[in-house]
Amino acid sequence: MGRKLLLENLDKPEINTIDGYIKYGGYRALEKALKSMTPDEVTEEVKKSGLRGRGGAGFPTGMKWSFLDKSTDKPRYLLCNADESEPGTFKDRLLMEKIPHLLVEGMIVSSYALGCRTSYIYIRGEYMFILRILEKAIAEAYAKGYLGQNILGTGYSLDLHVHPGAGAYICGEETALIESLEGKRGNPRIKPPFPAIAGLYNCPTIVNNVESIAAVVPIVNNGGEDYAKIGIGKSTGTKLISASGNINKPGVYEIELGVSVEEFIYSDEYCGGIANGLDIKACVPGGSSVPILPKDLLFKQSDGSPRLMTYESLSEGGFATGSMLGSGGFIVFDEKACIVRNTWNFARFYHHESCGQCSPCREGTGWMERVLHNIEYGHGKMEDIDLLWDIQRKIEGNTICPLGDAAAWPVAAAIRHFRHEFEYHVKYPHRVFDADHVYQPEMKMQTV
Amino acid sequence: MTEAKHIELSPEAMMEVGRIISHYPADKQKSALLPVLHIAQKEFGGWLSSESMDYVARLLHIHPIEVYEVATFYSMFNTKPVGKVLIEVCQTGPCCLNGAEKIVSYLEKKLQIKVGETTRDGMFTLKTVECLGACGYAPMFQIGETFYEHLTEEKVDNILLEMRNKNS
Ligand SMILES: Cc1cc2nc3c(=O)[nH]c(=O)nc-3n(C[C@H](O)[C@H](O)[C@H](O)COP(=O)(O)O)c2cc1C
Ligand code: FES
Repeated sequence: MGRKLLLENLDKPEINTIDGYIKYGGYRALEKALKSMTPDEVTEEVKKSGLRGRGGAGFPTGMKWSFLDKSTDKPRYLLCNADESEPGTFKDRLLMEKIPHLLVEGMIVSSYALGCRTSYIYIRGEYMFILRILEKAIAEAYAKGYLGQNILGTGYSLDLHVHPGAGAYICGEETALIESLEGKRGNPRIKPPFPAIAGLYNCPTIVNNVESIAAVVPIVNNGGEDYAKIGIGKSTGTKLISASGNINKPGVYEIELGVSVEEFIYSDEYCGGIANGLDIKACVPGGSSVPILPKDLLFKQSDGSPRLMTYESLSEGGFATGSMLGSGGFIVFDEKACIVRNTWNFARFYHHESCGQCSPCREGTGWMERVLHNIEYGHGKMEDIDLLWDIQRKIEGNTICPLGDAAAWPVAAAIRHFRHEFEYHVKYPHRVFDADHVYQPEMKMQTV
Repeated sequence: MTEAKHIELSPEAMMEVGRIISHYPADKQKSALLPVLHIAQKEFGGWLSSESMDYVARLLHIHPIEVYEVATFYSMFNTKPVGKVLIEVCQTGPCCLNGAEKIVSYLEKKLQIKVGETTRDGMFTLKTVECLGACGYAPMFQIGETFYEHLTEEKVDNILLEMRNKNS
């Protein structure tokens, strides 16, 4: 059993209330930080921990914090990114729903480190029921003197609010999130300036994922070095993985970074193997935006050693043979799953979610959706496969924000590793008319 | 003119609006737009008419166009009327691996409408939406603020019945 730092007390009674949370060691990090550490000392521990952003990009949190512009007398803001809209990702939800005070405590300690007087949790609008849970937790924290004026008599004051989005994946992108919090459409901004210099209301701003902020609590409690003892190399600490798809035990698992992919999929502690006694075909290990990996690349790195659940190991081999840890949205496909259908499904998602500012993304995502729809429904031509390749290449790297890349990568990886399935759809259109169709590997033989 | 008078939030909702506005700096009350639109949509029958949007603009001292452009950007805001019960089924990849498409077909058959339509009695509107953060508990749909997960045809039957009874 791996160590758990975030979900350790998940099943404790009343852990969702402030008293339950305190009973199991809650708000110790707050007391420790505010009473015995300077803000810079807190940041120093976060740096030592090696914590990397859990929202998807994996940028070192301590380093990001050190970019915050402290030279102006403008207010500074900490924004918690609880937009959680990357398909396959549902870990932040569990954390906020079951242990809301962990996020509240993390927000207070992090805001203290950054010198913020007001902080916001931006939560996707569909999670309105969780917004209410968080608001209740925040009210409890105010009542205990953990929020508001002069917290615990230390002279530090902080207000914390929850702000709902209203259904837009793009608002998870940090500058779109800021626009949205200002009451506008979620159109990402051109960087630079980075939010750390000019973010919310043009003030210095840090945006961090829910899980990153929650991890600050155990880091302050046990010290950054203790945190860094878990994991391998630059992948330190624990990570929440949202496991879904064709597995026996879908759900959220806290792993020590460094568990092997094979163990994660097959051990009873985690996914419990593939459902219905089937074999695995592929896996998207880090949310819909990251490249899909076929079975033969999933379990082994190019040097033959086991592939591990770390930032480095999952991306080993680059996009030719690797993928990314991303948000930890781990989607498993069994041997019967149709890769073309899923690729079309994701393409439709990105088309729907493109904010429309940049033509390559706005037009390209729609084009990919239409071509993939044709192939999936038996109206595709062989040249369409190359056309798709061409479109995705013209989107990647040519947009203001990374949504364009996120739309391009899944299409590229599907063609790279499953070209035969696309060809099969084109060659045998009558076999794929039924939405329930199963791609039969033995039929691949006929196509070669 | 009578229409304009008709549009007014309840006193409780107005209190809530005041509380929300207080979360932002004094000159930044436009920040309250999304949460206030959620409240308005809930109070005004599940959708936002141009009259309700104009009203929200007045509440926040911003131009109506600032409200329109936001209301049309975000998928949770309905700019056309919807049924009393809005069923939003997740249709994204992970849910499809566990039967989301079958749930959509079943709902279409049961309600005798297509996705995007409202039943003739104005009770149900069926909508498909993108990943709601419930991928591990698929298939699922959302009604109001509630997630219904691990759906089966039998579960769907019961939920529809319950909704019909509650809203008749
Ligand atoms: C299209 C898009 C969607 C994103 N969605 C999310 C999200 O839902 N949650 C999140 O934490 N980060 C999301 N991100 C990443 C954020 O931009 C940002 O990097 C992150 O919140 C930083 O926090 P971290 O360093 O703690 O990971 C998204 C990025 C892009 C480009
Ligand atoms: S894919 Fe349906 S909830 Fe995530």
